[in-house]
Amino acid sequence: MEVPEPDVPWVTVVHNDPVNLMSYVTYVFQAYFGYSKEKAKKLMLDVHHKGRAIVSSGTREEMERDVQAMHSYGLWATLTQDR
Amino acid sequence: MAGYFEPAEGGGAAIALDEVEVSILRSLMAQLLELIGPGDGPADRPQRPEGGGSVEEELAGIEAVSWPPYAEGPSEPPADPVLARLFPDAYGPGPGERGGGGEGGAAEEARAKEERAASAEFRRYTENDLRARKREDGLAVVRALDSLTPGERGAVLTLGPQESQHWLGALNDLRLALGTRLEVSEDDDELYALPDSDERKPLVMAYLWLGGLQETLIETLTP
Repeated sequence: MEVPEPDVPWVTVVHNDPVNLMSYVTYVFQAYFGYSKEKAKKLMLDVHHKGRAIVSSGTREEMERDVQAMHSYGLWATLTQDR
Repeated sequence: MAGYFEPAEGGGAAIALDEVEVSILRSLMAQLLELIGPGDGPADRPQRPEGGGSVEEELAGIEAVSWPPYAEGPSEPPADPVLARLFPDAYGPGPGERGGGGEGGAAEEARAKEERAASAEFRRYTENDLRARKREDGLAVVRALDSLTPGERGAVLTLGPQESQHWLGALNDLRLALGTRLEVSEDDDELYALPDSDERKPLVMAYLWLGGLQETLIETLTP
């Protein structure tokens, strides 16, 4: 069985959903991550068109914090190890 | 423009609401608050087995913060689809992506099991907080609506920056709730062209109006 490498980073993935407004998703990426409007909008469009986008990476604990924050904003997010 | 947000003088957001709009918004928000419930168990476990009670009592109960602050949350996702959308799993492939990978068989099964266990643990430590936050957002909306003088036509409600954040969260949760109930999908021409006789029509109208509210509120927050 595959054993995850401890130093492989974790990522927060935001999934597309048909309810959240594009302007809202962009707003959340700016407000929570502090991303520029351009970066936030690009990530939002990735979520919208590709169905999902990686919005942050770091330790498992950091990504759990980000996922919890995304859930509190009502975005559908999960964390996974980037392997 | 009545029924939508505009930037307020000196920051914040302002909206003119008539009695019907206030009543619809308050009623929808109260229903969502009842569904979210106080945080002493899985969100969809019946909270008061004796049943009955008015929305006001329910809200009073919710405001009384009736759960032990250090209690663990549930480990299983809620059964109600709306609650499952508001409180999703933190680990896993996300909606509709299971089984698409090339791992196959035992490896994928092991991974799914690992993800379920991690989701359960995450939920135990975070769901109560998440529910408390959503409850605060909804209650802020109800309180603001209740502060309006009844009987006035087009009462103007002004929200400060903090209140705007509560409203933004609550409007989004409400749209997620209605969208889940209506089974909204990406290209929903049918849903938006329902005949007046369709029983979903009023909910669709409310859903669309809430979208306008949220959109215009965001505009006041992003100059």
